[in-house]
Amino acid sequence: MDKIWLIVQREYITRVRKKSFLIMTFVGPLLMSALFVVPALLTQMGSDEKKIVTVADAGGLFAGQLPENEKSDIRYVHAPPDLETAKAEFKKSKNSALLYIPPFDLANPTGIKLFGRENLSLTLQLGIERMVNRQVEAARLRKSGIDQQVLDNLKADIDVATVNLSAEGEKSSNSMVTSGVAYFMAFLIYLFIFLYGVQIMRGVIEEKTSRIVEVIMSSVKPFQLMMGKVLGIAAVGLTQLLLWVALSSIVITGVSAAMGLDTVTTSRTEQIQTAAQSAGATPAETEKKTAVLLQSVSEGFANLNLPLIIGSFLFYFLGGYLLYGALFGAIGAAVDNETDTQQFMLPITMPLILTFIVAQSVMIRDPNGPIAFWMSMIPFTSPIAMVIRIPFGGVTAGQLLLSMALLIVGFIGTIWIAARIYRVGILLYGKKVTYKELSRWMFYKG
Amino acid sequence: MSNILQAIDVHKAYESHVALNGVSLDIPERSIFGLLGPNGAGKTSLIRIITQITGADSGEIRFRGERLNPRHIAQIGYLPEERGLYKKMKIGEQLLYLAQLKGLSKADATQRIKAWIDRFDLRPWVGKNVEDLSKGMQQKVQFIATVLHEPSLIILDEPFSGFDPINANLIKDEILELREKGATIIFSTHRMESVEEMCDSIALINRSRKVLDGPVGKIKDTFKTNTYEVEGKGRLMVIHPDFEVLEHKERENGFFYDRIRLHEGVTPNDLLRYLIGQVEVHAFREQIPSINEIFIRRVRETMPESLVEENV
Repeated sequence: MDKIWLIVQREYITRVRKKSFLIMTFVGPLLMSALFVVPALLTQMGSDEKKIVTVADAGGLFAGQLPENEKSDIRYVHAPPDLETAKAEFKKSKNSALLYIPPFDLANPTGIKLFGRENLSLTLQLGIERMVNRQVEAARLRKSGIDQQVLDNLKADIDVATVNLSAEGEKSSNSMVTSGVAYFMAFLIYLFIFLYGVQIMRGVIEEKTSRIVEVIMSSVKPFQLMMGKVLGIAAVGLTQLLLWVALSSIVITGVSAAMGLDTVTTSRTEQIQTAAQSAGATPAETEKKTAVLLQSVSEGFANLNLPLIIGSFLFYFLGGYLLYGALFGAIGAAVDNETDTQQFMLPITMPLILTFIVAQSVMIRDPNGPIAFWMSMIPFTSPIAMVIRIPFGGVTAGQLLLSMALLIVGFIGTIWIAARIYRVGILLYGKKVTYKELSRWMFYKG
Repeated sequence: MSNILQAIDVHKAYESHVALNGVSLDIPERSIFGLLGPNGAGKTSLIRIITQITGADSGEIRFRGERLNPRHIAQIGYLPEERGLYKKMKIGEQLLYLAQLKGLSKADATQRIKAWIDRFDLRPWVGKNVEDLSKGMQQKVQFIATVLHEPSLIILDEPFSGFDPINANLIKDEILELREKGATIIFSTHRMESVEEMCDSIALINRSRKVLDGPVGKIKDTFKTNTYEVEGKGRLMVIHPDFEVLEHKERENGFFYDRIRLHEGVTPNDLLRYLIGQVEVHAFREQIPSINEIFIRRVRETMPESLVEENV
C-alpha cells in the first residue's frame, strides 16, 4: 500500500508540474466558455444580415403587398412577373433566391418554384415555404370570408408546465435544464476518459521504452505499479476538472459582466419575445411569458437534486475512468510504441463512443426506457448512461446501488485482466502482439 | 561459508523455448559471483526470477535459507542490462523515488543520496533532468540507484557495458568495497574475460543448463593440464619420458619459448632442474586456462560439434 501511494505521488506531481498541464488548465476554461458564449454572440451577429429574395408574382398571390417582418432574416423584393425577365434580372443582382409564383388554382396550387444560385440553405427554403403557406392560407381564409384580424385573436400560445409527481411531493421541472445538465455531465466523463485514459497508456509505453520498468518491477508488483499509475493520473484529472469548473465560472461571470447585461440570457429573451410577438401577443403578455420562462429555468435548476447529481457524477467519473484506465494501461503494456496501439484501441473505445451517441438521442428522449436502463447497468456503458438518467429522476435507489456495485465489480475485473496482460507484456520488447496471445497471457502462470 | 542464495532445480519455459532447464546454484555470502554464458543462455531469465519480476515454473530459490518472498525485495539491488531512468525527472527526485520504492524512509534516503552524489561528483547535476546528462553520467546515477538501499545481494547485468575505462574502474572499486562491507555481488555477463579477475566463484550457463560451477581457483585447478611455459636462452633439447613438448619456438639471438606438459606425478621442480642443466631460464610459469577457454572446452564436450561455432 505504501508503494502504491509513492507511485501515486510521483505520477501526480510529475504531471501537474508539466507545462502542458498548466496550459490546458488555463486554455480549457476559455474553450469551454467559448462553447457557451460564442453561439450567443453568433446569433446576435447573424441577425443583422438579411437574405434578399426576389419575388416574381405572376399569380398575384401577394396582391402587390410583400410580407414584411423586421425580425425575420428574409427580405422580399418585387421583380417583373414575367419569369424570363425576372430570371435575367435576378442573375444581375446579388440576391439569394428567386421565388416564382405562376398563375394558380387556390384550391390546389402547383408550379411554385424557387431558383437559387447554388444549392439553397435548408433554413432559407423552409422559411420561404412557411411564408408561402401562410399567404395561401390567408388567401383561402379571405375567400371563405374570415377576417385575418379575427383569426389572429383566436391563436393560442400555451406553455405546458411540467411537474414531477414523486414521493417527496410535487416539483416543477424543466426538461431543457435537466437535459442540459445530463448532457454536460456525460460529455465531461466521455472527454476525461479519453484524455486521461490515453495518458495512462502513454505513461506505460514511456516506462517501457525508457527501460526503467525493469528496475521498478524489481521493487514493486505489476499490480501496484498499475494501480498507482491509474490512481495518480485520476487525481490529475480530478484536479484539472475542479480547476476548469472554478476557472470557467470566473470567465463566464467575467465575460457576462463585461458585456453589460447577461448576453446569453438577453439574446434568449429577445428570441422568445420575437416569437411571441410574431404570434400576435401584446408586449405585456410577452414580458410576462419571458419572466415565466426564466423563472422556470431557475426553478428547474433549484429543483434538481444537486447533491445526488454531483455525488453520483463524481462516482461515475472516477469509476468509469478507473475501468477504462486499467484497459488503456494494458494496451500500453502490450505494445512497443504508440503507432501499434490502434488495433487495441478500437474495441475499448467502441462502447464509450456508442454510449455517448445513444445518450444524445435515445437516452435523453427516454431516460427510463429499456435501452437507458440496461446501458446504465453494464459497467462499460454505465458511467455515461447513468449520469444521463440521474438528473431526470426515476432512478430508484436500488437501481443506483446495483449499477454502482456492478461498476466496482467491473473495475476490479478489468484491473485484474489488465494486470495480467501488464505483467507479461511489460518486459516484452520488439514483438507484435496479437489478440490470441493477449488472451493466453491472462492465464499465464508466473 | 553459508550461502546467501540457493537455486534448486529451477525450470522456466516460455511459449516457444526453454529458458532454464533444471538449474541449481549456490551463491556464497560475501562473494563476487560470476553468472557467465553466451547471449540467450538463460542468465536474464534466472535474474528475473531472483529479482521476483517473474516466477519459476518449478524449482525453488532460497534467500538465506528462506523461500524467496516479497520481503526480500528490499535486500536485493538490480542493475538491468538495458539501463533506463525516467527521462523527464530530476536526478535527486528520481533517486529518492527509487530508494523509497525499495522501502527506505525519506530521511534515510536523502542522507544516503547526498553521500553518493558527492562520491561520484554529481553535485552540479542533482537538479537536472536525466535527459540532460551524458550517458556515462546516467550510468552512474543508475548504479547509485542500485546500491542506495544497501542491499545484501547486488545483481549487475553486464555492469561495464557503456562505461568508459575511467568510470569502469570507478565502478570496479565501488564493487570491491561493497563486498568488503559485506554485500554479495552477482555479475552476469557474456564477456567472461571482463569479470574473471574479480569473481570468487562462477557458474557457466549454456543453452538453459548449468554446465559448470564452483570457486574460480578450483575450476581452474580442475582444468589445468599441468603445462608450463618456459622462456630462456640456449639450445633446448627435451628428450625425457616425463616431459612432453607441446610447442617450441626459436626466437632471435638464441632465445626460445616452449610449452611443456608434465606427466602424472612429475613436479615442476623436476622440469626446472632438467632445464637448468641445459639452458638459461628467464621465465617459468604454469599455464592456467582462462575461464573463456574452459568454457569453450566445456561447451565442446557437452554439445555436438556443429553447434559449437554459433554458440561461442
